[in-house]
Amino acid sequence: MFSFDLLLDAIVAGILVGGFYAAVSLGITLAFGLLNVVNIAHPAFVILGSYAAFVVNSGFGLDPILAGLLFMPVFFLLGIGVYRIYYASFEKRGEESLRGLVFFFGIIFIIEVSLSLQYGVDYRSVHAAYIGDSLRLGPIDLAFRLAIPCAMALVLTLALHLFLSRTFYGRAVKAVSQDHLALRLMGADPVRIKGLAFGIAIATASLAGALLIMIGPVEPSIGREYIGRVFAIAVLGGMGSIGGTLVAALILGVLESLTSTFYGPSWAPAVSFGILLLVLAVRPSGLFGRAG
Amino acid sequence: MRGRALLAVAVALVVLAVALTRLSANQYYYFAAYVIFQYVVLATAWNILGGYTGYVNFGSAGFFALGAYTAAILIKAFQVPFPVLLLAASTVGGLLGLSLGYLTLRLRGVFFSIATLALAVVLQTLIVNWEYAGGSRGIYTMRPAEVLFFGNYVEFLFVVMLILALGALATARWIEHSWLGRGLAAIRDNEEAAECMGVPTLRLKLVAATVSGALMGIAGAPFPYYVTYMEPASTFNLDYAVNSLAMPMIGGATTWVGPLLGAVLLGTAQQIATVTISSALNLLIVGVVLVAFVILAPDGIIGLVRRRRGGRHA
Amino acid sequence: MARMLRSVRGMRAWGVVTALIGALGLVAVWAPPAVAEGPIKIGFGMALTGGVAGNGKAALLAMQIWAEDVNKKGGLLGRKVELVYYDDQSKAATVPGIYTKLLDVDKVDLVVSGYGTNLIAPAMPIVIERKLTFIGLFGLAVNEQFHYPHYFGIMPAGPSPKTDWSAGFFEIAGRQNPKPRTVALVGADAEYGQNALAGARENAKTHGLRVVYDKAYPPATADFTPIVRAIQATDPDVVFVASYPPDSAGMLRAAHEVGLKPKLFGGGMAGLQFASLQTALGPMLEGVVNYEFWVPERTLKFPGIEDFLKRYQERAKAAGVDPLGHYLPPWAYADLQVLGQAVEATKSLDQQKIGEYIRTHEHDTVAGKIKFAPNGEWAKSRVLMVQFQNIENNDLKQFGEPGHRVVIYPDEWKSGTLIYPYAKAKR
Repeated sequence: MFSFDLLLDAIVAGILVGGFYAAVSLGITLAFGLLNVVNIAHPAFVILGSYAAFVVNSGFGLDPILAGLLFMPVFFLLGIGVYRIYYASFEKRGEESLRGLVFFFGIIFIIEVSLSLQYGVDYRSVHAAYIGDSLRLGPIDLAFRLAIPCAMALVLTLALHLFLSRTFYGRAVKAVSQDHLALRLMGADPVRIKGLAFGIAIATASLAGALLIMIGPVEPSIGREYIGRVFAIAVLGGMGSIGGTLVAALILGVLESLTSTFYGPSWAPAVSFGILLLVLAVRPSGLFGRAG
Repeated sequence: MRGRALLAVAVALVVLAVALTRLSANQYYYFAAYVIFQYVVLATAWNILGGYTGYVNFGSAGFFALGAYTAAILIKAFQVPFPVLLLAASTVGGLLGLSLGYLTLRLRGVFFSIATLALAVVLQTLIVNWEYAGGSRGIYTMRPAEVLFFGNYVEFLFVVMLILALGALATARWIEHSWLGRGLAAIRDNEEAAECMGVPTLRLKLVAATVSGALMGIAGAPFPYYVTYMEPASTFNLDYAVNSLAMPMIGGATTWVGPLLGAVLLGTAQQIATVTISSALNLLIVGVVLVAFVILAPDGIIGLVRRRRGGRHA
Repeated sequence: MARMLRSVRGMRAWGVVTALIGALGLVAVWAPPAVAEGPIKIGFGMALTGGVAGNGKAALLAMQIWAEDVNKKGGLLGRKVELVYYDDQSKAATVPGIYTKLLDVDKVDLVVSGYGTNLIAPAMPIVIERKLTFIGLFGLAVNEQFHYPHYFGIMPAGPSPKTDWSAGFFEIAGRQNPKPRTVALVGADAEYGQNALAGARENAKTHGLRVVYDKAYPPATADFTPIVRAIQATDPDVVFVASYPPDSAGMLRAAHEVGLKPKLFGGGMAGLQFASLQTALGPMLEGVVNYEFWVPERTLKFPGIEDFLKRYQERAKAAGVDPLGHYLPPWAYADLQVLGQAVEATKSLDQQKIGEYIRTHEHDTVAGKIKFAPNGEWAKSRVLMVQFQNIENNDLKQFGEPGHRVVIYPDEWKSGTLIYPYAKAKR
């Protein structure tokens, strides 16, 4: 049943989905890779973003991407707030590993259950004019439903990369992950910088959530399916490397797509997580990360 | 408390439980108590690696379900006697803990935790694709109509789970007071320093992971008989992971009493909630309580009690 | 000093624990006295939270309407009816505890099941042990494992549910001229999907269709484009899909984007019976042939159904359930109708008599006449195959009216003609 057309299609589909995966994983790269905050609740925030987009889309007919962008400042503030609590309760006392993880685990549950209490467990979708149509480029079909989220994800990745490498605050974020004390000596408050960075990470969840609900229907507990994926991507890409995250996400997307097409979709999740375990065992610093 | 006194209490409890099964025909409490005892085992097991050593396992559901499926498959294939199920489930759980530990415990704790998340999903995928285990269609395990000495198989399961709970507590208590426990505590407090002092950290961590996994597996062994129809989605449910994590955190993660306290309190509360209020609220409460405890009372109830006493004696 | 302190602390904690366990034990021995007269209590677990809560809550609403209707007419055997229920959270592990509580502590007179195989099966050992009559709501082949004579399944699939589910779909395929030759089977890797696919394979064989694609996808699949493309590469005449609600939407969208146009598409897509997906997909549904259990066509106007649906729809929004209520609610109502009629006819609450009555009689319900086969399933299948036609937009109203979900099979309930092939319906 093998044909080059099929292979090409599978790869293209994998790239499109992989781009979207990158959007979801950027927040982890920031929070975990750069700030060392193991925010396993990030996918739950993404789902929160999806519901925010759903509410404005069904209530006011607003385009989901616009909705996602609209909520970014709100999520940014939310992120700063969460970080403050995290910092005061754990980081200050130096006990972040065990308790921080548990804290975020509890957050996952609070978000999920609150959403299901409020909106029920029915699947929710958004309406937009371009969902359902595709663009034909020669032998390839690009569904708008997938292509637009992928494009937005690339834009987000680029924006984040520029922020981190070109702006003062961005470079401060990179610095704080490397050397607290030096940063303080330079006059920047590390806690504020970290709060800012974490806020940005959660803000990306807002947009990622909007993209997620464009691709398919959403209900409160599907965030759990993404926890493993996003960490696999963050680890594979190398902690803290934005570009690495994108590459890793694309790789994962393509591998999942190829497995799905040629071996059967049942094995796709195991493949992704198999990669995670393999990377952890063989090269924990990932493809582009700093060693150690 | 002296070990011998505790042993006497344990024996008395078992005798009390057996006597209860003779006296009362009210089966509901056996079902409810079974679940609570099961959580005592899971919470205690989690705590050996989590509270004692400082490595967070999010994949408790995977270990538990693996034990349950091992039992179910052995029953289906060979109709083995009950003690063999316990042995097999604990062996499988222990091996899983050992291999996972070997792969990831050499890295930072956070990677271990993520790996446990991933592991649960991989295990679930494997079971789902395995026809003999029923795959996603589920597997039926009929309870035997008769059982020696007890009127009813459920009463038997109730007593078995109580004995397993007591066994798990005894194991945890032994570990805590032994050289193993001291080594694990050193790892928890500062792994690098422990390494420098000559503590064989990797070996101790592997032991902890193996014991923890074995206990979780054994908690799953009677489950096929309890629930009769088992399918992957609910057996690998994340609630097992949350509860086995929340209970030690609430009770107090540094001693063997903490998980027991947390399991009895939270487990009983959940059982009551199941037959009274709406249960989505139940989950919300678990989440909120967990976060509150982690922020405000990181050492759990035992920690709060200690602080009180410490204050008075200060 | 430290050791003494530690032992005192340990003892206190130990004391608390022993007291708790002792309290549990005492409560176990004491049981509240049974009430002699008073309402007839019907007990069950129902999924009010968790994965299948959407259907569970809808079923509960229907059952509550039934109880109100019965009480308005004077109750059963002159006594009021009271529903006693607990949330099983869509989790099998809660079911044994719930049913023993209902029977041993709440002392209910009758029990019925929750929604779905997962939540019916764990209760079976308990009802069998106590020799109760048990009606199961939408369980798939539950009794195959137990062979219990007093289990009755409210499941419109007939005596062999696994094959009956898709039998109509393949029958329709077999009737076309020229007959289609190849079929692609795809479904969710979960209980329903696997069962439906197993049945579909047999039906395909019966009708001489060659299977060119046969794969299951994991429920967590985000994007169906690779799957749909793989199917398209095999160029099948017929595509049978056994999917859960989110995948049904995903598959349909992907099929639309890729341009998959077999001669016949659909079959076992769960979720297309619900308002939320119908309004989300709208015109994309045009031409799809799928299973239904009841649709508002003129051939299916059973006594009482319209009245019931009207009352259900009035309360649906407040209860947060499917606004149309065509899928499960009529059956949940019929479930209790069968039970109630048996109680009235035998003038007793005796489980054996009720069970025998249900087994040997035909029952008139809002969902039509129901008769049970010896294995507890239905004597005759009533899985409808409908085709979505004339879907112009995403409005909900059209789905509540006849002419948009036309019954093609079985002939007994046929209300229109099939537009074949699928591409013709898509215009």
